[in-house]
Amino acid sequence: MRSPRVEENARKVSPEATASVRSATAAVTLARQNALPAYFKDVDRATAHAAAIKDYVLDNLGSLLEQLEGNCQANGIQVHWAQHAASANKIIGDICARSAPGGIVVKAKSMATEEIHLNHSLEAAGFEVVETDLGEYVVQIDHDRPSHIVAPIIHKNRREIAKSFEREGLGPYTEVPEELAMQARARLREKFQSAEIGISGVNFAVAESGRLVLLENEGNNRLSTTAPQVHIAVMGIEKVLPREGDLPLFLRLLAGSATGQKLGSYVHFISGPRRPDEIDGPRDVHLVLLDNGRTQVMAGKYKEILRCIRCGACQNVCPVYREASGHAYGHVYAGPIGAVLAPALEGVEKLGDLAKASTLCGACQEACPVQIPIPRMLLELRDDAYRAGVIHEGIPWGAFAFAASSSWRWRAGLKMLPVASTAPNPLKKGWTDSRAMPSRVGRSFRRWWNERS
Amino acid sequence: MSVAPRELESLAPKKPRVRLMLTCLCDAYFGEIGIATVKVLEHAGCEVLFDERQTCCGQPPFNAGDWDSARTVADRTVELFRTGEPIIVPSGSCTAMLREGYPMLFPKLGRLPAFELSEYLVRELGINSWPRRPLGNPKPMKIAFHRACHGRSIGLGDVQEFLLATVPGVELVRFDQEEQCCGFGGAFSATFTKVSAGIGREKLRNIVASGATVLASGDMGCLMHLGGLIEREGIPLKVMHFAEILAGALSE
Repeated sequence: MRSPRVEENARKVSPEATASVRSATAAVTLARQNALPAYFKDVDRATAHAAAIKDYVLDNLGSLLEQLEGNCQANGIQVHWAQHAASANKIIGDICARSAPGGIVVKAKSMATEEIHLNHSLEAAGFEVVETDLGEYVVQIDHDRPSHIVAPIIHKNRREIAKSFEREGLGPYTEVPEELAMQARARLREKFQSAEIGISGVNFAVAESGRLVLLENEGNNRLSTTAPQVHIAVMGIEKVLPREGDLPLFLRLLAGSATGQKLGSYVHFISGPRRPDEIDGPRDVHLVLLDNGRTQVMAGKYKEILRCIRCGACQNVCPVYREASGHAYGHVYAGPIGAVLAPALEGVEKLGDLAKASTLCGACQEACPVQIPIPRMLLELRDDAYRAGVIHEGIPWGAFAFAASSSWRWRAGLKMLPVASTAPNPLKKGWTDSRAMPSRVGRSFRRWWNERS
Repeated sequence: MSVAPRELESLAPKKPRVRLMLTCLCDAYFGEIGIATVKVLEHAGCEVLFDERQTCCGQPPFNAGDWDSARTVADRTVELFRTGEPIIVPSGSCTAMLREGYPMLFPKLGRLPAFELSEYLVRELGINSWPRRPLGNPKPMKIAFHRACHGRSIGLGDVQEFLLATVPGVELVRFDQEEQCCGFGGAFSATFTKVSAGIGREKLRNIVASGATVLASGDMGCLMHLGGLIEREGIPLKVMHFAEILAGALSE
């Protein structure tokens, strides 16, 4: 019997990576737990309110997106609709080719562009793509993959980053975080100055105003979206919010849940390209609305997963994520959110096994700022995946059910347990690899009960 | 005027009748936990019923995704336990299955009156210190209490620690990352071996660092997994179920 994919991958994760992930996720979890009650009188009410707004969005998505499109266009933002990853990549590639063939593209951190593997597509078309988020930059120069929604290099420690920077000739070897940041800053400044195109994600887009809202801490989003002549924003369609008035709640929930901050260091409200009387800003602003499976998710029982605002709090509290780290999931979306979102977007047949990579402890649901019932969805996905024949761990559950639905068969089975447990089976091996085999401790309850009555 | 004993009995407050769900783990391996649970409930003034036809709640196949097999087991358990009395379970996990899992299997099924042991003692019977009558000499114990995760979905909060803290001799110690899962997760523990054991070892490292000598929890699943690691690695921690500590306070 082969081990499940996340287990298999987790075995290759170094103890150093697990240690980095553990300490960082524990620290940011503590920050979140301190931050949210400080900013909200009643955190549960705030998250329930946010969940209700997101449900409203999902129930009215078509009309909200049309409203967003209309108001964006009125603001001078060109709106594009992409049904799949391939069409999104083509739209973006065409814009880039028109604007600056073979030029430099600077990118702010964006999960939507990770999802469609945009960098690969642009590089294949001859563009130099530069990630400008510090973590994403490290990922790029190391030919690695992001392992966390918010903190892409959560699996790396300072020494590894120092070595990479030295290798890339960014400056003399140093492990001082400030010095490392300055080295990256110097290199990235050159790119910002010469880039013709900037690509970003979108945290929220407001339907009633046609404004795009981005939250960040490093300032690279500001440079990516304002220095080049062309700005392309890529957004999953579920990121739309109805009103400007919804922003204070969502901005604080996102910052508090993602990093334990009151607000990101920079909040950008983008309401169009450079106006005639303005001295800087992009000449063209494009918004790419990405479906890529979302409307299909919306029609099914995993709809609530689209409430997600990509804060990463569920990854930070998840014991499996902490141990296995993000790469083990083998998908852009790792951890509890990924175990539901990935199969929901791409099919239970392909990725349903991810739903098994959970102890169902429920920490994710408790941490979620939009109250997504992740454990319930994981259970439902297991039901779907089992029926689709995707998950089988070699346990004859039918035989178990047969034994457990008759008292005499059950008791006979219990009597046989000491003998049966000496026989080899895959489950037993999995257990005894690291633990002592359980055995009967003390008296049998049934005998005790019969003797006393 | 004298009152006949028989009449006096009828005037006394009625003993709550409760139904014990032993759980398959206590049935197979940990009978003493079931015995302790009965002693605790009787000390709390309950009359305990036990239906010998019971088997398992059906959670193992449910979590595995084999809901047809889970329904076969659960359907029978519902029939056996739908008798009106509160169902007392020495496990938050099986309680959660009855309260949260069954409605997913049977959407039309009403809520079963299932209670995790501590929840029943504190929230239903209103017991706020243990034991109810002072007994014997307390044994000093430094306990790290692991809140089993299924307590989250049924809203247990700190109810077990609340009652344990009142047991003479018990000192509850805090430890780092208390709210983290132990990594058991049922069949997960055997199919995701490395991940499960890694999570468990991290939990035990934090507990050992707290100076506790006893690791207690309200769920034998967690304790079987952590106890297996403790035994294999020779960690100096004694493993005890919540019910054992309460029952232990009675037998001094």
